[in-house]
Amino acid sequence: MTETAPRTVLDSLNLGLQRAMQADKRVILLGEDLLDPYGGAFKVSRGLSTAFPQQVLTTPISEAGITGMAGGMALRGLRPVVEIMFGDFTTLIADQVINHLAKFHGMYNGAVSAPAVIRTPMGGRRGYGPTHSQTLEKHFLGVPGLRVLAPFNVMGGVPMGAPGQLLYDAILNQDKPVLFVENKQQYPFKMMEEAYLAEYDLSTYTGSGEFSAPCYGFRIKSAPAADLTLAAYGYMASLALEALRRLAFDQEIFCELLVPTQLAPFELTAVFASVARTGRLLTVEEGTFSMGWGAEVLARTAEALGAGLTSARRLAAREGVVPTAPDLEAACLPAIDDIINRVREMV
Amino acid sequence: MADNALLYRQLYQIRRFETVLIDQFKTGIFPGTTHTSLGQEANAVGVLAHLQGDDVVVSNHRCHGHYLAYGGDPQALFAELMGKPSGVCGGVGGSQHLHWRNFYSSGVQGGTVAMAAGMALAEKRAANGTIVVDFMGDGTLGEGIVYECLNMISLWRLPILLVLENNHIAQTTPASLAVAGSIRQRFEAFGIPTAELDSSDVLEVLPLAGELIWQVRAEGGPRALIISTARLGAHSKGDDTRTPGELALLWQARDPVAIQGARLTESARMELEDEVNTAVQRAFDAASEAVGGQR
Repeated sequence: MTETAPRTVLDSLNLGLQRAMQADKRVILLGEDLLDPYGGAFKVSRGLSTAFPQQVLTTPISEAGITGMAGGMALRGLRPVVEIMFGDFTTLIADQVINHLAKFHGMYNGAVSAPAVIRTPMGGRRGYGPTHSQTLEKHFLGVPGLRVLAPFNVMGGVPMGAPGQLLYDAILNQDKPVLFVENKQQYPFKMMEEAYLAEYDLSTYTGSGEFSAPCYGFRIKSAPAADLTLAAYGYMASLALEALRRLAFDQEIFCELLVPTQLAPFELTAVFASVARTGRLLTVEEGTFSMGWGAEVLARTAEALGAGLTSARRLAAREGVVPTAPDLEAACLPAIDDIINRVREMV
Repeated sequence: MADNALLYRQLYQIRRFETVLIDQFKTGIFPGTTHTSLGQEANAVGVLAHLQGDDVVVSNHRCHGHYLAYGGDPQALFAELMGKPSGVCGGVGGSQHLHWRNFYSSGVQGGTVAMAAGMALAEKRAANGTIVVDFMGDGTLGEGIVYECLNMISLWRLPILLVLENNHIAQTTPASLAVAGSIRQRFEAFGIPTAELDSSDVLEVLPLAGELIWQVRAEGGPRALIISTARLGAHSKGDDTRTPGELALLWQARDPVAIQGARLTESARMELEDEVNTAVQRAFDAASEAVGGQR
């Protein structure tokens, strides 16, 4: 359990949970294998069952059941946080999220709220194979009543780091059900601090109310006007940031990168503003290509900017299973070079 | 000592409400569809008579009887079914999705059991003696999430009474084609003490439910009550595939309103029915006259 400033995304998320549980006894963690010394499969929950034994429930392998129970808990005043061990298993909780958690407020005519947070790690590149490597959040984007959030590894000017703060706020400072999408590759990433960010201009756009999750904007400091806007979230945003850096320093192609931490409901004000400057938009996501996040971002940007959007492409995972063998898996998922090549095709 | 007149009034109110509902559907005043609890009124009345304080009720698609026995306002329910802003949920929820005070219903089989289990967990933590009563049916047993929840309900000793109203038919499918093995053993396999009753008599439901709810309160753990009952109406409005002969036999043997009504004198019963008829009509009229549509 982290006591000092978080070094990694994992530390930051752990700290966010810790602070939320400390601040409010109504925060209850439910999930499989959460108890110390194990502390959850990816260790985000490590130390919490020791520090808050009354607030951590390790559960049977019953994703639907515990998510459904979280709905009932939230309706009766608790602040449940469910850990789904692998994002692939969100298929098991779909009815609970779509027909229950996300419905309660609307179908009971606004008389109730169901503030439950479902945390889960998506993503591949670990060699876990077809049912433990997917990026499935696109199926939950656009579900009325559901917020979908994805953290990014900046400190964000807050003591627990932006990922932990995003999680803390989802648990305690808002009343909607939230699917909180992490990425396995993100966990060990270092939190980007000011010194690391010295070569970038970092801007933070924050909406209000249910759109208050920040959208980060990156560009190379003192660079000429950008020719293209990259939009990506989570781990893909980290790859896009590296692509942006290499394009600038190796090829003098300048981009802006927009990193929303709220995927749904869609809030793309900062993306529109960037594309209004660059005219070109490339979205990058780890989910499969069809009907994905990028499709909606492109559609909305086209609606907002009309002829102001001159070129638009999407980069996504190949349509198919995520293979186990490292070379096959790598060929299936978008990589830094794919982003660089796609940008070069576009500008 | 049970108050026969009071129990009859409650049973008859549900019956009258739903009879008016079915009759008036023909006029087009109610949009969509509905599921009535005709024949199952004794379960609602007999179980919910034992609620105290902030006790929570979770019900399903067949929830009007539970709502009314809980003390819900018939006018607000009529208005809800008419899609009026003055309805229980402003017309958004409709027949299956009601919430008033600590009463909640929803229309997806199985999910309500999880919802109820989560509520029981919340009430257990609050430690104020509040319990949850969850109604499900034999049809609900086909859903996998039920078994996930029975496991956790028992594992964590949640204060909940699971009431399984076995009306032996799921929409049109008889239980013989949908439920293998023993229903009782399903609960008992998870270590949930279970009682069974084959009756449509509120005077039999009442004491058994009372005993089980007392046990839930006293021990803080779960109990299950399986009530073999009869659905005397269609699944929704007119989609019954059972034969008239079959239904006639059920009406003859398993009508909870008739069973309890026989315990009153003819005049007492008529007087009470007149009162309820008037009240239900007044509720219907008021709901009809309430401002509609425009919000």
